[in-house]
Amino acid sequence: MNVLKTYKIYIGGQFPRTESGRTYVVKDANGNPIANVCQSSKKDIRNAVQAARKAVGTWSERSAFNRGQILYRMAEMLAGRKTQFIEELTQQGQSIESATNEIEICIDRIVYYAGWCDKYQQILSSVNPVNSSHFNFSMAEPTGVVGIVADQDTSLLGLVSQLMPVIAGGNTVVLIASEVLPLCSISFAEVLETSDLPAGVVNILTGSAEEMLPTLAEHMDVNAIFLSNAVTEMVKSTQLSAVDNLKRVLVMDSDWSHESAQGIRYISSFQEIKTTWHPIEQIGGVTSSY
Amino acid sequence: MTDSNNKWEYAPSLEGTKHIQLKDKYDLFIDGKWVKPSSNKYFDSINPANEEKLAEIAWASESDVDLAVKAARKAYVEVWSVMKPSERAKYIFRIARLMQEHARELAVIETLDGGKPIRESRDIDVPLACNHFFYYAGWADKLQDAFPHRNIQSLGVAGQIIPWNFPLLMAAWKIAPALAAGNTVVLKPAESTSLTALKLAEIIEASGLPAGVVNIITGHGDTGAAIVNHPDIDKIAFTGSTAVGKLIQKAVAGTAKKVSLELGGKSANIVLEDAPIDQAVEGIVNGIFFNQGHVCCAGSRLYVQESIADELVRKLKQRMQSLYVGNPLDKNTDIGAINSKEQLETIEKYVKIGINEGAEMFQVACEIPGKGFYFRPTIFTNVAQSSVISQEEIFGPVLTVQTFRTIDEVIQKANNSPYGLAAGVWSDKGSRIFNLTSKLRAGVIWANTYNKFDPASPFGGYKESGFGREGGLHGLEAYLK
Amino acid sequence: MTAQKNQFSEVPFSTTIDKVGVEERISRFQTRSIKGPSKIQGLFMVLSMIDLTTLEGKDTPNKVRQMCYKAQHLHDVYDGLPTVAAVCVYPSMVNVAREVLKDSPIKIASVSTAFPSGQAPFEVKKIDTQFAIDAGADEIDMVISRGKFLAGEHEFVFDEIAAIKEICGSKRLKVILETGELATLDQVRRASDIAIHAGADFIKTSTGKIQPAATMQVTFTMLMAIRDHFDRTGKMVGMKPAGGISTSKLALHNLVMVNEILGEAWLTNEWFRFGASSLANDVLMQYMKQVTGKYQSADYFTID
Repeated sequence: MNVLKTYKIYIGGQFPRTESGRTYVVKDANGNPIANVCQSSKKDIRNAVQAARKAVGTWSERSAFNRGQILYRMAEMLAGRKTQFIEELTQQGQSIESATNEIEICIDRIVYYAGWCDKYQQILSSVNPVNSSHFNFSMAEPTGVVGIVADQDTSLLGLVSQLMPVIAGGNTVVLIASEVLPLCSISFAEVLETSDLPAGVVNILTGSAEEMLPTLAEHMDVNAIFLSNAVTEMVKSTQLSAVDNLKRVLVMDSDWSHESAQGIRYISSFQEIKTTWHPIEQIGGVTSSY
Repeated sequence: MTDSNNKWEYAPSLEGTKHIQLKDKYDLFIDGKWVKPSSNKYFDSINPANEEKLAEIAWASESDVDLAVKAARKAYVEVWSVMKPSERAKYIFRIARLMQEHARELAVIETLDGGKPIRESRDIDVPLACNHFFYYAGWADKLQDAFPHRNIQSLGVAGQIIPWNFPLLMAAWKIAPALAAGNTVVLKPAESTSLTALKLAEIIEASGLPAGVVNIITGHGDTGAAIVNHPDIDKIAFTGSTAVGKLIQKAVAGTAKKVSLELGGKSANIVLEDAPIDQAVEGIVNGIFFNQGHVCCAGSRLYVQESIADELVRKLKQRMQSLYVGNPLDKNTDIGAINSKEQLETIEKYVKIGINEGAEMFQVACEIPGKGFYFRPTIFTNVAQSSVISQEEIFGPVLTVQTFRTIDEVIQKANNSPYGLAAGVWSDKGSRIFNLTSKLRAGVIWANTYNKFDPASPFGGYKESGFGREGGLHGLEAYLK
Repeated sequence: MTAQKNQFSEVPFSTTIDKVGVEERISRFQTRSIKGPSKIQGLFMVLSMIDLTTLEGKDTPNKVRQMCYKAQHLHDVYDGLPTVAAVCVYPSMVNVAREVLKDSPIKIASVSTAFPSGQAPFEVKKIDTQFAIDAGADEIDMVISRGKFLAGEHEFVFDEIAAIKEICGSKRLKVILETGELATLDQVRRASDIAIHAGADFIKTSTGKIQPAATMQVTFTMLMAIRDHFDRTGKMVGMKPAGGISTSKLALHNLVMVNEILGEAWLTNEWFRFGASSLANDVLMQYMKQVTGKYQSADYFTID
């Protein structure tokens, strides 16, 4: 007899059950139950946002190099558990080829963003030649806590593609996984947990996006929302909910399997530009020529 | 001090107004022509320094907005988006040059219409506005170089709504990057300060810019709402209050309109004990009393390290004694008129709240004119973080002073606000400055300076202070796909 | 009044200074528009604050005599003009100046302490000072030892000033910092604090031999030191910018600065002086322009 795995959620580096005590059953293509998954609730959103907020300082102040190391570690850990993920995908109805392809893209995508960690700043920053005796520069800083509703049509690909640029940029995340294809999300949490990622940087909840998104979008301590391939109504209601604290809302209609669905714009969408001024003292008339 | 007879007062030194040309009545600038408002309604623009009427301004209705948007769309499709970028650049350069040629006239009108001291409009607002056009003009044919990692495209028609605190400068901040990026524009100035935008329309008319590329329409909130709700506008750029910014966000939810918002603030100005104290005092004065405190990034929350608080406050009060409040046209005026009666009432309301909250008020005992809207420079000490006056944006010459003991404490307190527009840090120690500047959640950080602006320097906020940047390379982004 | 003796250890902490911030502050003084009666009053004050100066190797008794005459007769074709505050000469010329000025209210200031370099043994400096006083000087303009200051020997500089002040007794001592050699405003501020605490009655920017001399940034910095000292102790110290102030406009900007930083109590030649050789005539020409409404020609204003 198979031992059915119970998938818990991932909050603050822990794997608790949902506060609501609810679960739902995920079934394979033939209608056989594969797993029990948490049906997370508002309270889990609340806990996850708290954990994410707490982690903002730690994560955003890690050196870019260190963030890159940790992301690369994620890729290694995922590669090491490739078979498990392929199995989960196939259980959820994909062919082996398609599953293998998806996991390989995921690994590549993580490596891709691992490489960005210590580079995007150089592309997004500028030194601004102001017309006064000041040194003036602009640089990117993470927006803060980002709520992500993962692509609902993929189990891991959308999740990874949305999550990586956000955390590569130093943000922390509360992520709602695909409701119908949730398995990989929690397994991926296990990858994160073993990749030296500080607790709370990524928090993953399973359940109904429709139920949880309003809470996330209205949450005053969430700074941005990232939706993927969402229906117009969901976009509009999210944008309306986001108004109260002026969350940044990014909606991307992307085919995540495509290489064009990655890039620095996914990072820069969750960055704020900070401009700093400081006077330059000039003594006497000496110039740099000699 | 002994009673001396060396008192030396500066006699009034009024900027001349004879050279300016103002019409009695201004229509709407649509499609390169001056058009009467369909409602035939006009409103008065008054001089807040003496409450006298300056001109009548057209009140645009929804149908006028529609006319303007249609003109902008047509100009976008037929002319501006297909014009060689280097030609676009030349038009923008030409506008910049014409503005320079009218600089003094623009400055005087700005001062008459808005109440700001002539010294500021002459030395700050107008030169910065001209420079903004100069700066962005050169970008028009280099856009791809600005964003080599993506295929850039203009957006279309931009609807732009600007505030009354820097009327011409904000018009420049909006129009210049929009045009450089290849968009056409429908701009609405604030109802109390339409005149320099209308003078700019005259300059644009004289520049030979193709009709409809820039349309300047005047009116009240309903005119602005008609712009925001117009279905054929691709981009809304707004500078103003957070409350209105949120209304705009709500109105555009679910549409394809791209939005940039530059909203309110309650910016912290932090003075550490090793600061160059006299320059810090000057920075505090410049931070809160510049433009009568009608500045979204005003350093309205002062945090002083306890060990120097007494000395700093004493120096600040001393410095405030040499601020001249009065006729904005006087070249020696440091603080001019409050922009409108409504704003004066808002300021007075907050000052009452401050007094009721038990804060200690200090005001300069200077004379102020009997007519017109004026408010004395004011500071409140003995203020808590939870006082209303240290949380809400007052938008006037009113400063709250709080003390702190440690750097960690002040970082937390400074960030403890829904806003995140700007912050100031004063210290002599580089490593300490960088610690603070990197931890403060604000879009503009002035270290050992305050309220500096430059066309090349991106400006804009975190959190409820808005999103998107204006100025610099980053400012182009708001007008490109 | 005998100088109260301070210790070097009592010199207060000198605040740091951001030069760009100072320049911004200066630009506010420079954009003050001084017109009409304010200008006339200002120019009148400037004239009365001038230390008419000749400090050249080629100074002769006759040159000094002529200058002293001019000091008393700035522009005799117009009544009611003030005289300058003082003449400023080398110690060897003090007796010549005294001969001409006799009991005139115009003071005689003498430079001393091996002006302008200050590079002489301490004993020589003391003799130099005593000589000037014996010859009839009312005021002593000493130079500090910039070499020692830059080498960090601040206490030496303090002691030197204190010792010279002791020789001066009731004669007023102006301490020249030669700010052009101190380079940074932080150093200017430190030197100001040291000089004030060592007993300076006035602090003075420059000898006129080194460029830059009395820039507004430097004068501002020194005025702030005076302000802080006053706020701390209630004691007034005078200020003398010298070198490079040759136009009315610049002089008025300086006065605006004094007015706004120190206040009207300092707007007298008891507390503020301009060290200058050619300023007086420019002020006179501006003054006559205000009075007559006509632009003036240098040919109508005497050179001595």
